[in-house]
Amino acid sequence: MFGYIVRRLMTAFLVVVLVSMVTFTLFFKGPSDPASALCEETGGRCTAAELNSIREQMGLNDGLVVNYSRFVKGLFVDREMYYQGEQMCEAPCFGISYGSRQPVTPQFVEKWPATVSLAVGAVLLYVIIGMTLGSLAARFRGSFFDRAVVGVATVITAVPYYVLALVAWIVLVLQLSIFPETGYHPFTDSPVLWASGLLLPWVVLAFAYAPANMRYMRGYMVESLGEDYIRTARAKGMSQQGVVFKHGLRAAIVPMTTIVGLEFAVLLAGTVFTEFLFEIDGIGWWSINSLGNPIDFPVLNITGTAAAVLIVLGNLIVDLLYAVLDPRVRLA
Amino acid sequence: MTAIDDSFLPADPSTSKGGPVLVVDDLTVRFPTHDGLVQAVSGLSYTVEKGKTLGIVGESGSGKSVSSMAVLGLHDPRSTRMSGSIKVNGAEVIGASEATMKRIRGNEVAMVFQDPLTALHPYFTVGSQIVEAYRLHHNVSKKVARARAVEMLDLVGIPQPDRRVNDFPHQFSGGMRQRAVIAMALVNDPGLIIADEPTTALDVTVQAQILDLLQSLQREFDSAIIIVTHDLGVVAEMADDVLVMYGGRGVEFGPTKDVLTRPSMPYTWGLISSVPDVHERSDQKLIPIPGTPPSLLNPPAGCAFFPRCAHKDKVGGDLCETELPEFLPLAGNPAHLKRCHLHDPEQIYVDEVAPEIFADASEKLEN
Repeated sequence: MFGYIVRRLMTAFLVVVLVSMVTFTLFFKGPSDPASALCEETGGRCTAAELNSIREQMGLNDGLVVNYSRFVKGLFVDREMYYQGEQMCEAPCFGISYGSRQPVTPQFVEKWPATVSLAVGAVLLYVIIGMTLGSLAARFRGSFFDRAVVGVATVITAVPYYVLALVAWIVLVLQLSIFPETGYHPFTDSPVLWASGLLLPWVVLAFAYAPANMRYMRGYMVESLGEDYIRTARAKGMSQQGVVFKHGLRAAIVPMTTIVGLEFAVLLAGTVFTEFLFEIDGIGWWSINSLGNPIDFPVLNITGTAAAVLIVLGNLIVDLLYAVLDPRVRLA
Repeated sequence: MTAIDDSFLPADPSTSKGGPVLVVDDLTVRFPTHDGLVQAVSGLSYTVEKGKTLGIVGESGSGKSVSSMAVLGLHDPRSTRMSGSIKVNGAEVIGASEATMKRIRGNEVAMVFQDPLTALHPYFTVGSQIVEAYRLHHNVSKKVARARAVEMLDLVGIPQPDRRVNDFPHQFSGGMRQRAVIAMALVNDPGLIIADEPTTALDVTVQAQILDLLQSLQREFDSAIIIVTHDLGVVAEMADDVLVMYGGRGVEFGPTKDVLTRPSMPYTWGLISSVPDVHERSDQKLIPIPGTPPSLLNPPAGCAFFPRCAHKDKVGGDLCETELPEFLPLAGNPAHLKRCHLHDPEQIYVDEVAPEIFADASEKLEN
């Protein structure tokens, strides 16, 4: 078990390194040039000599390998960076944002709680709703309830997410004022404000994610309820509820952890449209804003790396959970 | 009915030791499907006395499993139509409330299933599944139930039961799993155990052990057993009575020795002649029954077996094709019933069928 985790962490590390190399290379060889944008911004007229001196100061003339190794070194030791003047970038340094002119690492640390709050609340909500409705639909398979739940789920899935979220916001906040204004307030400042600002985004995300999870849950439950051991449990004299919600549910939960675990990792890496629409200053919104001219590469670099780390770790945690939940699985 | 006045019996029918454990009377089980009504069991009647063993034999689709699952009310009432009567210790099962069925299942009638790998829940320990079965019918603490589970595992021959009780099913071998399933079935000391092909999924060497175990436990617990099988060897070893099923109906019934030595129905002849005899020469010919089992969607009019019957010419006219034979006792042997139009099947068996089956044996004697 311990050896397995160490080996998995090593491969996870390799994957993250590869992702960061690819990201770095794409930016460095791509068309976006922070130096020329900076040059035009300062002087109005940008001569070739000026541009070259800016490129020299930013280190962009030194080539990909040198720049990447500087970046890696900056992750471990503080680093001097130039962007309109010298700045200290404390380790772990992902660079200085071209937009805010501040090191991105503290900004990430500041923005991530908003994204985490959004993801945790939404996952809790849609897992409870999706799994409850899914297992009930499987329990009463073929009934009116089952058909209604599956039908509604299909309709919701067919609506594009941005339409769903936009309509919810316009109707529920702007027109009817059923939900409070959205936005992120740190939990430590005021738990009430924190919850009220995130309430609608949670509901909207749950509304969008629950149908698919309901369908998965229903499918796994229908499968497990058809197993021989369910017949054994019934033959023992167990009630229908006991059979479904003890023996059936126990088996269906195992594959569900895979799906929910990976969805959760993706949500933690930032929800672009949700954060943008509901004005939640998280990393999804931050990274989408970084796609201007020039591309704010340090921001993109740190959010991309974070996403890679989360997905790789999410996979590992799901696999470990599998071994806990299914006694037949042994990790080696 | 027994001579005892009912009012003297305790209210709980499980404690009334008078009549038979199980009486099935004119049972019909049908499944409506998109293609039509599947007539899985039609007009089936049999009785199982306390402490006795009934073997139900038949090929796939003969209704043997369907009828035994009906005893426990395990068919989904939404997709099943049942009529007739099934009485467990005098209590009617068909149309019974869920509460009644919960009390009967596992407590008065327990089931041992075919495949012990899939019959146990892979995510719960063997012990916890036995504990669960016990506590469903006994209001005891987990600790008491666990001790009972260990005791049961010991009884069915699981080594180191106090340790193995915490194992998951996948840590047991096939034979041990079936022993665990039997322990789970017996934990509430039921009056009747239905064993649905309990040895089909096991190695031949393990099969005999499991049958021995069932028999010794039957003596110890004094339970009745219904053993559903397609293996005549199992029936010969285990059963006091045997019911042969074909096309959802009983076609021959009687004491096992009677039915196996003096079978009186061409389908039973076919079953016997398709059993290999390992004591004889290995090039002995097996005589299979020609044709395929009848469709239960459109069962043949008349006798269900006539399309495959080699002896239907011996019945006058088209009786076999048009008229369902009644399930009647043999002349001179009221305990032995057959569903066949042949007038003197015993004579045909002795003159024609037996010599064919035992041809090899007689050849050897001549040489």
